[in-house]
Amino acid sequence: MGNASYFWNEVIMPVLSLTGYILLILIPLLLAVAYLTFVERKVIAAMQLRLGPNVVGWFGLLQPFADGLKLLHKETIIPTRSNPILFLLAPLITFGLSLSAWAVIPFSPGCVISNINVGILYLFAISSLGVYGIIIAGWASNSKYPFLGALRSAAQMVSYEVSIGLVIITVLLSVGSLNLSEIVTAQEKVWFIIPHLPMAVIFIISALAETNRAPFDLPEAEAELVSGYNVEYSSMTFALFFLGEYANMILMSAMGSILFLGGWLPPFNFAPFTWIPGIVWFALKISFLLFIFLWVRATFPRYRYDQLMRLGWKVFLPFSLAWVVLTASFLVIFNLLPGK
Amino acid sequence: MDSTFQSGDKSTQSFTLNFGPQHPAAHGVLRLILEMDGEIVERADPHIGLLHRGTEKLIEYKTYLQAIPYFDRLDYVSPMSQEHAFALAVEKLLGLEIPIRAKYIRVLFCEITRILNHLLNITTMAIDVGAMTPLLWGFEEREVLMGFYERVSGARMHAAYFRPGGVQKDLPKGLMEDIAAFVERFPKVIDDIEGLLTDNRIFKQRTVNIGVVTSEQALDWGFSGPMLRASNVAWDLRRTQPYEVYDQMEFLIPVGKNGDCYDRYLVRMEEMRQSALIMKQCLEQMPEGPVKIDNYKVTTPPRMKMKTSMEALIHHFKLYSEGYHVPKGETYTVVEAPKGEFGVYLISDGSNRPYRCKIRAPSFAFLQALDLMAKGHMLADVPSIVGSLDIVFGEIDR
Repeated sequence: MGNASYFWNEVIMPVLSLTGYILLILIPLLLAVAYLTFVERKVIAAMQLRLGPNVVGWFGLLQPFADGLKLLHKETIIPTRSNPILFLLAPLITFGLSLSAWAVIPFSPGCVISNINVGILYLFAISSLGVYGIIIAGWASNSKYPFLGALRSAAQMVSYEVSIGLVIITVLLSVGSLNLSEIVTAQEKVWFIIPHLPMAVIFIISALAETNRAPFDLPEAEAELVSGYNVEYSSMTFALFFLGEYANMILMSAMGSILFLGGWLPPFNFAPFTWIPGIVWFALKISFLLFIFLWVRATFPRYRYDQLMRLGWKVFLPFSLAWVVLTASFLVIFNLLPGK
Repeated sequence: MDSTFQSGDKSTQSFTLNFGPQHPAAHGVLRLILEMDGEIVERADPHIGLLHRGTEKLIEYKTYLQAIPYFDRLDYVSPMSQEHAFALAVEKLLGLEIPIRAKYIRVLFCEITRILNHLLNITTMAIDVGAMTPLLWGFEEREVLMGFYERVSGARMHAAYFRPGGVQKDLPKGLMEDIAAFVERFPKVIDDIEGLLTDNRIFKQRTVNIGVVTSEQALDWGFSGPMLRASNVAWDLRRTQPYEVYDQMEFLIPVGKNGDCYDRYLVRMEEMRQSALIMKQCLEQMPEGPVKIDNYKVTTPPRMKMKTSMEALIHHFKLYSEGYHVPKGETYTVVEAPKGEFGVYLISDGSNRPYRCKIRAPSFAFLQALDLMAKGHMLADVPSIVGSLDIVFGEIDR
């Protein structure tokens, strides 16, 4: 009897509540992903003097579901020369990783599934693993365009991770903690975008590269590679890549707003700004960064592979390294190191 | 993949990529066999013929009037310029001089055609390097221009409006005012597109020094039009051997310095501005009068006349059945089509059908030089080079 209640209280209940929490985050997240595709089409349409989706539902609001259903009832084609296990595994990896990262994102004070002390390292690790989905997809397809796309993607994501890493180090130096909630609370006086503006810019550009978005959408460069690593994919396998890409965009925006825009904090610490709940501020900041993603896509041409590499290694890397040294020396000289 | 690394000797095999014909950046049915060393193109081998319709042979079995629509379908983004070359060739063989108003209308529509063509080319080149917004902005204006086509000829693309002896019918009421309004507005549109591309660093990185063609190479490969002018050769048939009323128009001929993709883009941009100026001058100087010659052996009599005159009815019937006989002779007549020198080599044996009609398509020459331009560049440069060539398969394959 005692054993059963122990089992109930210590095993079943935590698992159930955790599942509840996960669903509480994942369902709105997937809805956000669906509507991000819709907003993207609407925003870019407005910039291009056209209407965008406006037939399915009011203002086309049901378009994402129509698209999803369409993809769902298509046939999953597995190319004969491909490696079927890896071929199917790749989209699962991309999609799974893009969701699992959300475990550590704090939405408002205390509102986080897992408030681990190395949160930012976890995020960084998860986003680095994302490259496996793409490279496995390119390799397993056993076809030329996906192969080239995957190669490009691997090189690109690895290169830009380096500069993202240095950006994160700068923020860590100023905070003195790897915990995401503490990074946010450290910005109560001033958001890090003000002292670290150049790093914020580098972060946003690297985030574009990391998520393979324009102008760094080389892995799926339509003009050259048709669609890059996902050429051979159809139906839900394609949809998973697609959802993963957009979930990653939201994730990167969340990361950007936590690192530089003060997460859930209001812009000014007095009423009426403080009346609005933190999660709303967080959502607004994410939306702003997402808008930048879309805006850039409607404006810029695409980089060439070697130019992208040059930008990453010859411009961003030295600059962010110099900024890390600058920040560190500043903190040491003026004895401002946090945690002392 | 295909590249094998053999132990011992370090011979590697290059990677062959089949680019097209169903490739989104292939501009129609271009098929390129690319031999690649990693991302570097070692050899670009264009394959053509996928859109071959035997136009030249078909024309030999049609009367001169029936041949006109085939010209619309060659370079289907600049139809009227090609009708123009054929109409001029037939007029030359017939020894006709068309009325002055017809000449102005032809020049007006040739320049509309130039803008139509360049808008398509510039914006699709932009989409080839990844910028998609200019395409949508440009097509908004193309829509307006195709509206003008429709109002004079009834068709948005395949107009069959320029006929030997003039143009098919006069401009409808209000069209001149609408074109004038367009000409006023249009430079602003070019400014907007330029704002997205001309000084954009990414666009420049993707196009400057890509696909360079020197002046000598351009001449050797038979380039013409903007492709030649971008390589710093100031050659424009509208200036060097003026036809219609181009000698009365004031316009500048832009030339490039380096002969790269970026210069070709700039030359086309400036040509659109100059075209708008020519259109403006045409509208200002447009004289009143007939739009086709008053010779019912070549052009149709007015419908009113056919109701009362037996003679006119017979002419109408003869024109649309047998057509007219063109005196024995041959001519090579060229026009400065938007893409370059578009020529028609027409041989008449005195019958009602051409004995031979050889068409010189400008983009055929550009495509030949693709290997020259693409060699040593990266895969991503191939779409920007193909985009800057301004090729349309309708006229390459004929």
